[in-house]
Amino acid sequence: MSDPYVPSALASVPPMASAEGIHKRFGSTYALRGVGLSLYPGRCLGLVGRNGAGKSTLVSILSGITAPDEGEVLFDGQPAPSLGEIAAWRGRIATVFQHSMVVPGLTVAENVFLGRQPPRRGVPKSLGVVDWRRMREQARKIMADWGFVVSADAPCASLTVEQRQVVEITRALAAGTRCLLLDEPTAALERGAVLRLFERIRQLREAGVAIMYISHHLEEVFEICTDVAVLRDGELVLTAPMTELTKDGLVTAMVGEKKKDHHPERAVVPAPAPGLAPPASRGLSRPGAADLVVTSVTMASTGVRLSGVSLTVRGGERVGLTGLRGSGATTLARIVAGAAALDAGEVRFGGRVLTVGDRAAALRAGIGYIPEDRQADGFVPLLGAAENMAMTITDRIARAGFVSPKRRELRAAPLARRLSLVSAGLGQPVRELSGGNQQKVTVARALASDPALIVAITPTRGVDVASKELLLAELDRITSETGASLLLASDELDDLAICDRVLVLVRGEIFTEFTEPPFDREALIAATEGLGDTS
Amino acid sequence: MSEIKDGLATLAADVESALTRRRTRSAAAISWFREAALLPVLVVLVVVGALLNSHFLTVSNLTGIGQQVSALGVVVVGESLILLIGGMDLSLEATYGLAPMVAAWLLVPVAAFGDGVLLNPYLGILILLAVGVAVGAVNGLLIVKARLNGFIVTLGMTILLAGIQDGIVKGQSPFNLPSAFSYLGAANIGAIPVSLIVAALIFIGAGLFLRYHRAGRAIYAIGGNREAARAAGIKVDRVRMGVYVAGSVLAAVGGLMETGRVGSVASTQGYGEGIIFSVFAAAVIGGVSLQGGKGNMVGAASGVVLLGLVQNILDLENAPNYWIDAIDGIVILFALVLARLIGGEKSAE
Repeated sequence: MSDPYVPSALASVPPMASAEGIHKRFGSTYALRGVGLSLYPGRCLGLVGRNGAGKSTLVSILSGITAPDEGEVLFDGQPAPSLGEIAAWRGRIATVFQHSMVVPGLTVAENVFLGRQPPRRGVPKSLGVVDWRRMREQARKIMADWGFVVSADAPCASLTVEQRQVVEITRALAAGTRCLLLDEPTAALERGAVLRLFERIRQLREAGVAIMYISHHLEEVFEICTDVAVLRDGELVLTAPMTELTKDGLVTAMVGEKKKDHHPERAVVPAPAPGLAPPASRGLSRPGAADLVVTSVTMASTGVRLSGVSLTVRGGERVGLTGLRGSGATTLARIVAGAAALDAGEVRFGGRVLTVGDRAAALRAGIGYIPEDRQADGFVPLLGAAENMAMTITDRIARAGFVSPKRRELRAAPLARRLSLVSAGLGQPVRELSGGNQQKVTVARALASDPALIVAITPTRGVDVASKELLLAELDRITSETGASLLLASDELDDLAICDRVLVLVRGEIFTEFTEPPFDREALIAATEGLGDTS
Repeated sequence: MSEIKDGLATLAADVESALTRRRTRSAAAISWFREAALLPVLVVLVVVGALLNSHFLTVSNLTGIGQQVSALGVVVVGESLILLIGGMDLSLEATYGLAPMVAAWLLVPVAAFGDGVLLNPYLGILILLAVGVAVGAVNGLLIVKARLNGFIVTLGMTILLAGIQDGIVKGQSPFNLPSAFSYLGAANIGAIPVSLIVAALIFIGAGLFLRYHRAGRAIYAIGGNREAARAAGIKVDRVRMGVYVAGSVLAAVGGLMETGRVGSVASTQGYGEGIIFSVFAAAVIGGVSLQGGKGNMVGAASGVVLLGLVQNILDLENAPNYWIDAIDGIVILFALVLARLIGGEKSAE
C-alpha cells in the first residue's frame, strides 16, 4: 500500500494516531491487508466499507483489543502500549462502540470514571478508597465544559441511548483521550439526536480532537467528516478529503464497480421463483378480501403513545410507516403483527378481528413479521439457517408432529437462493453468519409462510449497501408476485422507496401522508419532525 | 427552516434534560425504596412475633436469633459478592462444612473422632481459612481461566467437598473442640454473641468496601456490563478470581461460627443441611440480582434477618416438626414474590 494519506492542510502536523501496514488474518481469510491510515487533530475521518470489508477488525486493532499480525499502531509517533495494558490504551484512544459500554446500574459519574475513580485525599492511594464527591464534581465539570446536559448522579439505566453515548464520550475525554473512534454512533438515534451528536463532533473537532467516524450512512459521512477512507475486502482503496468526492464516487469505491440505479422497477415482474406460492386467489383485483383495517388504536400504558390511529392497507398495497423514535410508527407495526398489546381499538385482517398481542394468531391469519431487533427476536442463534427459516411453518411441514430436516431444507433452500444467503450450508448456526445474512434469514422466516401481509420493521438496519438493495428488491418482487401487502415501518428513506404511500407519525398520531412516489426526502424528514403541511 | 429545526433541537434537548432530571430523582427514590423495602416487612414480623409469644421480644431470644443467623449471614455476604460479579457458587455450603471439618479433625483426639494430630487451635483456624482459599482458587481457576460454566463447576465441587467431609471422619462428628476454636461461635461479650458482632462487622465492612473501594465498584461494573468493565481497563479476571476466593473464605468463617455454636462438626454440616437454598433465598429476597451488578449489603442483611425471624417465630410457636420445611418453602416463595413486586427483579426466563 502507498503511504498513509495526509490532508495537505496538515502536512506539517503529526498524526495523533496512525496504523501502519496492518495485516490481519483469521484462519485462511484476510481481514486486513496492508492497511495504513492516520488520524489528525481537528479532523474527522469517515471509515466506510461494506459489511465484511474489515472495518470492525480495524477498529478493534486501533482500540487495542486485537493485535495485528503485521504492522503497528502509533500514538504521537510512539509505539502503542502492549495489548494487555488497556488502561494505557484508554488514555490515548477511546472507542464508542455500537453496543453500549455503559454499566446500567452505576451512576453517570461512576461510568465516566469507570476503573479510574479519583482516590480519596488523605488516605494512602494504595488502599483504593474512592472519593465519591470528587468523582461527581469532576464528572459534572467535564460535562459542563463541553456543554453536555446529563446529570452526574443519574443511574445510567434511566438514560436514553443518546445520553449513554454522551457518557461514553465524556469517559474518553475524562481519561485525557484526544482521539475518538465512533463506531456506527447513529444506529440507534433519531434525527434530532443525530443532529446534536454532529454538533458535539464539530465542537470536539474544533477543540483539536481527532475523530474516526464509522458509518453505513453515506449522507452522514458527507455531513460530518472532513476526510474519508474506504475499505474493500480488507484493503484500503481510497483516502481523500471529503470535498474531492461525490456520493457516487464513494459508492463506486466501496462496491468496486459502477453501481446500477437501484430503484426497483415496478413494471417488470420477473418470473416467479421456485419455492414460493403462486399468486394466490386473493390479490389486487379483489379489494376487501385481504384488507388490513386498523381502527382507533390507542396505547398509553407503555413508553410509546398511540392515540386513536386508524389506517387501511388494501390487499396488495405497500404502505410505509415512518417517524422519529417514540413516534409510535414501530409500535403500530408491532401491534399489527401481534407482537405488542394495545389499550383500545381493533385490528382486522381479511374481515376478521385479530387477537391482540397474539403473534401465533396473527401468523395463522397470514401475517408475516420481520422484527426490528433481529438479535433478540429475529432468529435463534444456535439453530441452523434452514431450521430458523422454516420456524414459521413447522405446522405445515410436520408429519405427526415430526419435522424431517430434509423437508425443512427443501422449503428453505429456494428462499436461501432467492435472497442470496451466503452460508456454509443451511445447517450452519445463524450465529456464525454475518449481520447481513442473519437479516436475510429473518426475512426468509417471514416469507416462508407465504404471508398475505408482511409487517417489516427496519428490515435493512445494519446491513451493507449491496445486501440492502437485494433485500428491498426481494420484498418488492415478492409482494408484486404474490399480491401480498406490505406494512413497512422504517426511518430509513431508502426502505420506504418501495412503498406505494407513506404515513408519517408524530407523537402517536398520523401527521401526514405521502401518496406519490418517489417521495421527497426533505419533505419526509421535515414531516417526521412535525414540520410542514398537515393537509 | 434550518433555524426552526435548530430551535426545535434545542427545545428537544431541554425537554429531554428536564425529563432526565425528573427520571433521575424518581429513580433515586425507587432505589432508596428498594433498599429499605424489606424494613416494613421486618417490622411486621417483629410485631407478629411479639403478639404471638411473650418470650419473643426478650433479649435472650433476640440475641439467640442473632447468633442463629450470623453463620448463615456471613455465607450470604460471600454469595452476594459472587452474585454481584454475575457468578454463582453452589459450593459455598460444602466449604461451610468441609473447612471446619478438616480443622476439627486435626484438632481433636481420636476418641472425639479426630485423627489424633492434636494441632494448635489457632493453627486450626489458619487451616480452616486455607481450605477456604484453596476451594475458592480452584473454583476461580476453573470458571475464570478455564471458562467452565460456574453452575456445573460448583455443583461438582459441592459433591466432591461434601464427600471429603464425610470421608475423613467416616461419617462421625468430631466434638470436644478447643475453646479457642469454638470461641467465635459460642462466646458472648456481655449479652451479645461474638458471632453476631463479627457477622455485623463483616456486613458493614463488605458494604463499605463495595461502596467506597475501587475493587468494590469494579465488582458492580463487571456484573453490570463485563465488556464495558474490560474496555475501561478493569482487571476483570483478577477481580472475579478474588471474589471467588473471598466468597469461599467467608463460607469457611461462617462454618466456623456454626461449629462453635453447635460444639461439634456434623458430617452433614452445610451440604447435608442444604443451607445453600437459604443462602440464595436470603440474597435474592434482599434484592441481590441473580443477573449480577445489582444489590447491596443492606438488602442482603435484611434478607438474612427476615429468614431468621420467620424461623424463630415458627420455633416459638412449636410449628409441627414435620411441616417446618414446607412452611419455610412457602415463606421463601412468598418473600420472593414480594421482592419481585418491590424490586423488579425479573427472572432470566
